[in-house]
Amino acid sequence: MKGTVALVACGGVLFAAGTALLLARPLTRILLGAVLIGNGVNLLVLATSGPDGNAALLYPGSARSTMSDPLPQAFILTAIVITLALTAFLATMAYRAWQHSGNDDVPDDIEDIRVVRRATYAEERERLRAAYRKQRLEYRALARGEEEREAREHTAYERLGTARDRYRELRRRARADARAFRARQARAEESAEEIVGEDDPWQTILGADR
Amino acid sequence: MSGAATLVPLPVILPLCAAGLKLAIGARLERVQRFISAAVLLAVLVVSLLLLIAADQQGPQVMNAGGWAPPVGIVLVADRLSALMLVISSSVTLSVLVYSVGQGMADNDETTPLSVFHPSYLVLVAGVSDTFLAGDLFNLYVGFELMLTASYVLMTIGGTLARIRAGATYAIVSLLSSMLFLAAVAMVYAAAGTVTMAQLPARLDALPQSVAMVIQIALLGVFAIKAAVFPLAAWLPDSYPTAPAPVTAVFAGLLTKVGIYAMLRTQTLLFPGSRIGSVLMVLALLSLLVGILGAVSQTDLKRLLSFTLVSHMGFMIFGIGLGSPGGISGAVFYVAHHITVQTTLFLVAGLIERRSGTTDLQSLGGLARLSPALGVMFFVPAMNLAGIPPLSGFLGKFGLLRAGVHDGGALAYVLVGGATVTSLLTLYALAKAWNVAFWRAPTPEMCAVGTVLESTEEEPAGGGRGTSPGGIGDWPGGLRVLVPRRVTATFGGQEITTSSSLPVSMAGATAALVAFGLAFTVLAGPLFGLTDRAAGELLARSPYVEAVLHR
Repeated sequence: MKGTVALVACGGVLFAAGTALLLARPLTRILLGAVLIGNGVNLLVLATSGPDGNAALLYPGSARSTMSDPLPQAFILTAIVITLALTAFLATMAYRAWQHSGNDDVPDDIEDIRVVRRATYAEERERLRAAYRKQRLEYRALARGEEEREAREHTAYERLGTARDRYRELRRRARADARAFRARQARAEESAEEIVGEDDPWQTILGADR
Repeated sequence: MSGAATLVPLPVILPLCAAGLKLAIGARLERVQRFISAAVLLAVLVVSLLLLIAADQQGPQVMNAGGWAPPVGIVLVADRLSALMLVISSSVTLSVLVYSVGQGMADNDETTPLSVFHPSYLVLVAGVSDTFLAGDLFNLYVGFELMLTASYVLMTIGGTLARIRAGATYAIVSLLSSMLFLAAVAMVYAAAGTVTMAQLPARLDALPQSVAMVIQIALLGVFAIKAAVFPLAAWLPDSYPTAPAPVTAVFAGLLTKVGIYAMLRTQTLLFPGSRIGSVLMVLALLSLLVGILGAVSQTDLKRLLSFTLVSHMGFMIFGIGLGSPGGISGAVFYVAHHITVQTTLFLVAGLIERRSGTTDLQSLGGLARLSPALGVMFFVPAMNLAGIPPLSGFLGKFGLLRAGVHDGGALAYVLVGGATVTSLLTLYALAKAWNVAFWRAPTPEMCAVGTVLESTEEEPAGGGRGTSPGGIGDWPGGLRVLVPRRVTATFGGQEITTSSSLPVSMAGATAALVAFGLAFTVLAGPLFGLTDRAAGELLARSPYVEAVLHR
């Protein structure tokens, strides 16, 4: 077939334009992209046929060498019918989407959004957790300070306690000494009174030394 | 033409005829229509079984449409792989149809499913069959298109905003892959001068290696989109869970496996001696790990299952990447196993939704006590998917791992390790779902039977993109909260309530599929024999070529 380069180039351009349209969001544009790519493919199929020639009709005396290749044309006819059906279906779908939501955009998948959200949730959670950890640390530091103070007080108290114990011990001993002294004195006074009652004062003062 | 060869077009023709008939009947004669659908799919199953026997005993069965010889006319070929795929797919589609009939009847929703669901479903079945039987690349493309066009309708059935949104993603991605497929077909025709698969091996072998490589990569890219292999899988978990349960089930089970089938066919027949096997294996590893890590982090049962679907695609790609008889055989076995199990799990998810109004794991609980039958129907296929030893999941994985060890390369060993880790993580994800949904104490809303699942005013019209439905709510104080989105399995927009008694045909169909999955364990020996023979036939290439070209 003559001019195959033109066919291939045209097919390539249709492919490129169709791909660009396919990347759009509205279903109508995607539909147009599908139509363009479909036609591009059909041109490529046509480019695969051999040399061009007469219509492939078998009749007596027809020479095969002068005929064009019928097979790619049959392919293209079939493909055109299929693309037509799919175009109709996509157009219906675009209309239905418009009925539902007022536009025919292909939305992001909800589960995908959930996955993305899950990531942002994870970040948010990490941030909150970090803040929480920081606060917990501060609280713990505070609590530890308090504990230390308490511990200090306790040791001080204990130290105080030992001092007090020592004091009490001393006091106990002092009191015991005092009691013993008083008892001795009392005994001494008693014996003195006995002596006073018996004889003259000189006896009391001098005693046995008299 | 031998007797069995006349059966070859029937799996495509019968559903198409029935779809036309149903469109003509419209919304009348419900019982007759249901009977027609079930009878047609049953007939397809019987035909597929006969084809499998014929293909196994007499070699590939070939039918030239209209009597035109291969390079010009349309060729349909049923070899062992195609026939096995047909048997599995028709069993699964029949079960799902019975399930959907039960769902439709229980939903008091007569008009919508019959006038839209059944014809689309039958066209889908025809498209899948055509893909399996296609003898040339262009017919493969047409089969894909049949299947995809029907799937667009099924995906957006009811036309709610959520489904339109999910359907848009799905339709655009599929549309793009179809365009790329057609461009790849054009490339093949330009380079080799034919698109008949039987003629291509010789012609592609004669091509310069770089040209053949470009064609191979183009085709693989297209099929990888269809099969949702890792870097090209992002569309699947977004779009599948929104559709009605039977639709999701059949999509998850079949549509991705159609891509795997096309890969198996082209990698073995057109591009033997896997030159980019290592690339496929790396993709398989990424698919396995990324998919299963996605599944672990999900909180919705349907999305969890969608991610395990993406992940387990890696097992089959692993087998294809190995390219050895053991690898191909293991991949074929795994495809058969995975179609059944994944479909069953999605049907069970639909039953759970019917029972409790949601598949969100955060609001499920106590199902083991509330509905023990449901527990069994979830547990068995879940363990099967995870690959617990006596079940077919273990056998399929074991076959693939054995092939990997037999290969002996460093990459193959890495894959073996990755596949094992994936199995364990699958078990972890499913056990987590089981613990939460079945063993936890029932949540208060679980006990309320008769909750309205979906009414005609499901979503407020006129909401902008910022306030997308069921998505994100605002708490006072600027804190953004996510409200779990409830996607319900309904047809049309009629009011549906939860019920404690599961509809008989829904539960029956699910139980039948569970039993079918268990049958893979019982019949593992003969099935592995069959897949071994299928792999031998695929790798030998000559049986297919000779059957088509020299009849």
